[in-house]
Order: sequence, then structure tokens, then C-alpha cells
Amino acid sequence: MTKPKFIFASLFANALLSIFLATQWAQAAEPVSKLSSKSNSPLKVGLLCVGPITDWGFNYAHNQGRLYLEKNSNGGIQTTIAEKIPESAEAERVLEKLIASGHRLIFTTSYGYLEPALRVAKRHPAVTFMQINRFQTAKNLGTYFSQQYQPMYLAGMVAGRMTKSNKLGFVAAHPVPPLLQAINSFTMGARSVNAKAETRVIFINNWSDAPLEVEAVKSLAEAGCDVVAHAQDNQNTILSACESLGIYSVGFYTDAHNLAPKGWLTGACLDWGPFYAKIANLVANNKWQPCVYAGGMESSEGYVKLSSFGKAVPAKVRAEVMAQKELLEKGKFVIFSGPLKDRDGKERIAKGQALDIKQLSEMNWFVSGVKGTLAKN
Amino acid sequence: MSENIPFFVAVAAGMIRCATPVLLATIGECVTEKAGIFNLGLEGIMLSGALTAVVVSFNTQSPLLALLAATAVGLLLGLLHALICIKFQANQVASGIAMTIFLGGVTAFFGADYVGKSIHSISQIKVPGLGDLPVIGQIFFNHDPLVYFCYVMVPLTYWLINHTRFGLSMRAVGVDPRSAAASGINVRQVRYLSTMLGAALAALGGAYLSLVYAQGWIENIVAGRGWIAVGLVIFATWNPWKALVGAYLFGLAVSLQLRLQAAGSDISPYLLGMLPYLLVIAVMAITAILAKGKSQGQPTALGIPYTEQS
Repeated sequence: MTKPKFIFASLFANALLSIFLATQWAQAAEPVSKLSSKSNSPLKVGLLCVGPITDWGFNYAHNQGRLYLEKNSNGGIQTTIAEKIPESAEAERVLEKLIASGHRLIFTTSYGYLEPALRVAKRHPAVTFMQINRFQTAKNLGTYFSQQYQPMYLAGMVAGRMTKSNKLGFVAAHPVPPLLQAINSFTMGARSVNAKAETRVIFINNWSDAPLEVEAVKSLAEAGCDVVAHAQDNQNTILSACESLGIYSVGFYTDAHNLAPKGWLTGACLDWGPFYAKIANLVANNKWQPCVYAGGMESSEGYVKLSSFGKAVPAKVRAEVMAQKELLEKGKFVIFSGPLKDRDGKERIAKGQALDIKQLSEMNWFVSGVKGTLAKN
Repeated sequence: MSENIPFFVAVAAGMIRCATPVLLATIGECVTEKAGIFNLGLEGIMLSGALTAVVVSFNTQSPLLALLAATAVGLLLGLLHALICIKFQANQVASGIAMTIFLGGVTAFFGADYVGKSIHSISQIKVPGLGDLPVIGQIFFNHDPLVYFCYVMVPLTYWLINHTRFGLSMRAVGVDPRSAAASGINVRQVRYLSTMLGAALAALGGAYLSLVYAQGWIENIVAGRGWIAVGLVIFATWNPWKALVGAYLFGLAVSLQLRLQAAGSDISPYLLGMLPYLLVIAVMAITAILAKGKSQGQPTALGIPYTEQS
């Protein structure tokens, strides 16, 4: 009696699942360029994203980079973006599909794509891969980093000048190195102009949970924080929560000043367009070499940037921050350089030393001025 | 936000906000399961309610219409689940899970255009009189209307289940549908209505997340709260009052861990993150031990498709 029913149910479930997967791929394939090419064979560039490109955050920034490529290549480049692709065998399948449809350059924009990308790269030596935030390279696979701690130092300076309570809030997902860099750097920037400033950190253990993020912002405001920075994917949720509570906000991943017209101070953002164009040109001219791009503000790639200032920021503060920004860009100011102690007084960077990109990616301590809890090792 | 609210008042008010969407879905599922239908589609139905509310609020500027539309979508999705489970007698677990996966994709697809759009949200309304009470007023009566709706719905569903003719039919249908049918109850009709009512409440819970909390659409905004509701129903032993206790415990733990962090406490964020779940598991274990041997009001026909003949 139950057997035919169960078969019906599983058929139904299967049908729904396949519709779901089909819509996902259709969505991914839909934004392919409609530009007719002028050269005989336009370079086809693919992007793999782990989240939705509508997030106003990390994935949104990558899509903006892709749109820049299409707009500025005169039809010489065609692009495809596949969003919401899990970091699993599914990534490998989508990569193969992109290659089968003629893509010669693929940006894999999430940490866990390295392993599938390496496997696919081995099978397709003529295709170039660019993997984000990893060190391992291969003959046809290079990497690039998206560390935003430098502009967060500058944003911290603005926050330190603007706060009246000397309490700054920070909403982050997990106590992992890239976020600790941002939190530490933000706090150091704030304390460079305001020795009384401190940062209260809330880890919400989730990259995207909008209601929880709102409650976290409320908790910080209740605790007296009048500036809230963040490193979450849902930029719009946090910024509008700050705006409706009447406190200042600092952005991450994209310049979203229009989401909080009153309270926006500034923030860190990623501007991938010119960098992607540079890589695409190298590949098109067969000049690409495997390499690791750190992408800091002092580098020629310079895709890590400071966002625009909000109306609330006075000219004097802007000038002070811009002067510091110039030092960063000229390489005359290195944020994580010695002597630097963590908040427990342990020396983390010796005098005359600076953290390299590998050491940065292993950061597991807070500077003084940060109130928050690290996962104990 | 410079007004100084005592710590425990802030935690308690946060508890109410965090608990309300989960509580709405939980009492909805209590009603559905009491009549013998399992609805594991809660997560997907909450997502649909959340998106519907955003779409309607954006296009009509009316939060009230948005709530009505979310309720209507909930009723429709409840009807769909009921059709699959009652008319076609499919496996209820499979249908629910399929609905959650399917609606997750559908809402992501149709919601993409609404990300980042600002909508007319529901604002806080202080309850006259009660809202001015010290402490109690700040904790319970300075919220949005959906919270007050939830205060009313808990006793109302309890009354519906235990003190009305329809509730009696529901309980009968949930325990022994054939005997119920023999005594003249229309089993299918009762199950259809209960499933639709439950889904409508879940959709309202979803609308709370988008209209009150996030004030806009974000993909996967429900983030597992539907599954928490499914768990809380078992904890609550299909009793809306116990559902209230469970949901508030959950909300308390969430609110407390955020505010402990904001206050600069020195407890691991991972430990704090586990707090809500630990609390719920602990209370479940304790109630199970206390209620040993006693009837839990379990709908024994839960999940079994109803047929006239065996």
C-alpha cells in the first residue's frame, strides 16, 4: 500500500529538485554578453561565485568586475557568471561546463574552489584559472588576494574621529584571520586618532542571517556604540539597521553609501574591473604567467580601495585620512609592522619586522582596544 | 540610541523579537500536526511569506496588505501540501522537504529583483497604558503589531485545539481518523483546514522576518528558523503554551548571547552560539523525564496517509 505512494513522492521530489537546479543554471547562464564581437574569436571569461550576486557584498563586487569587462572590451570579451555554486564536486562540474562552452579564463572567487580548480586545470592546460585567497599555484593557475584591512584602517580613523561615546561596534561572522585583520586594523586606525576608542565585536557565526544581524546591530547600539562596522555579506541589512537607529555605519566589500545616506562614513571596497581587464589582456596576448597577487593599496593592481566619504564626515577628517591613504599607497606606512603587541601584552611583531601575506593569513590575536572573544586554540 | 536601558530589559525585549517569527511558525505547526499532517515545508513557506510581504509592501506601500498577501500565500501553500498529502496520499516528509527546497529556489529567483529595495515596514506601536509601565512595558508592550498578534494567537490556538468542536475533530482525526470518520467527522476537510491554517501562520512568521527585521528581501532570510520551529513542536508536545515557552527560551538565548558579546564579555562566541540549542535540548530532556509515562497528547496518526479501507 505504501510503496506506490512513496514512489510518487520521490518522483515528485525529484521533479521539484530538477526544476530547482534547472532554474539555478538558467540564472547563471542568463547574463552572457549579447555584444557581437569585432575580432574573430572574443575571449570568453567565466566567473564562479559561491553566493548570490545580488548581495551588495562580496559576490556583488565580483559581478561588477565582470560588467566592467563587458563594457570596456569593445566586444572583445564575453563573460558568464555562475552564482551560488557550492565548493564541492558541483564546482568541478560547472567548471567543465564553462570550458566545454569555450571559456579560456576562469576566476574562481571562493576559498574552497582551489581543489576542484586544480583538478580541472590539470585536465585543461590551455585554460587559465585565477583562484582567490590561496597560495598554491599551478602552470595554468594563479591566485589573488582580497584583503581589505588597509582601507579598514582608514575607515577606523574616520570612526575614531566621529564617535562621541568612544565605543565602536563590529559585526562579523567568525573569528577567522581575514576578519581579525579587518577588526584589528579598524581598531588601530581608530586609536591612532582617538586613544580612548574601543571596538566591541559580535561574531554571529553565520555569513548571512539578516534578522540576527539586525539584532546584533541593536545590541551594539544599546551597549552605547555609535559607529558600527561589519564584514557580512548582507551589506544592505546592516547599513539600513544602523540608519534607522541613527548611528554611523562603515561599509565592507562595496561602496554602498546610497544605502545609508545619513549615517554612512566610509568603508573598504573591492574594485575588480581594471584588475580583471589586466588579467584578461595578459591571457588574450599569451603573456599570462602563474603568480600570486596580494592586491594591497601599495600595489599597481590596487583593487582594494577606500569607499567614498559620507556627508557626515567633515573636510578636516577627510584631509587627515587622505594623507594617511597616500602613505599607504606609496608603501611608506605598513599597518601590521613591529613593534606590535596583542591585547594580552604578548609581542606579535618584532621591531623592524612586518607581517607578510602568509603570516597575515594566520592571524589569531586581537590588538588592544578590541573587546571580543577569540576561539581558543 | 543613547537612552540607557537596563541590560536585562534589553535582553528580554530582544528575546520577544527573536522569538516571534519562530513562535508563529511553531503554533502553526502545532495545529497542523494535531490533525495528523506533518509539514516539513515550514522553512520554504516562511521564505515565501517573507518574499510576498516584501513584494506587496514595495508595490503598494501598505504593510497591512503585505501581511494579508503573505497570509494568502501561506494558505495556498498549505493547500498545496494538503493536496499532495491528502488527495494524492504522498509521503508527507518527502513532500515537505521537496517544498522547502523548491520554494528556496523559487524565492531566490523571484526575489533577486527586490534585493536592496527599501520597503514600507511595520513600525513599533506602544500599547496605550501598558506600554508606559516600568520594565514590563519596555519588555512586552513596545513592539510592532505582529508581536501583539502573536500574544493573542497563542491562547487562541490553545482554545481552538482544546475547547472547540473543530478542535475536538482535529484531535480525533490526529489520533484515529477511521473512528473519527465513523462518528461523522469529515477527516479530509479537517486536515485540509488545519494544514492551511498552520501554513498561514508560518508565512506570517516569515513576513515578520522581512517586514519588521530586515526591512527588505535577502535570499534565504529564514536561515533555518523553520526547522527550529519543527523541533520546537515536539518540545512543546503540540501545546501552544509550551510552544511559547520553547520559542521564548530560544529567543532568550539568542538575545542574551548577542548582548553578552556587545557588552564585551569573555566567553567563546562558538559556545555562545550553541546556547539557544543547548537550552532547548536541556529543557526537552527535563520535560521528557518529568512527563514519563504520562500522555503527551501525541497525534498517533501523524504522518500516516488516511484511507477509508485498510
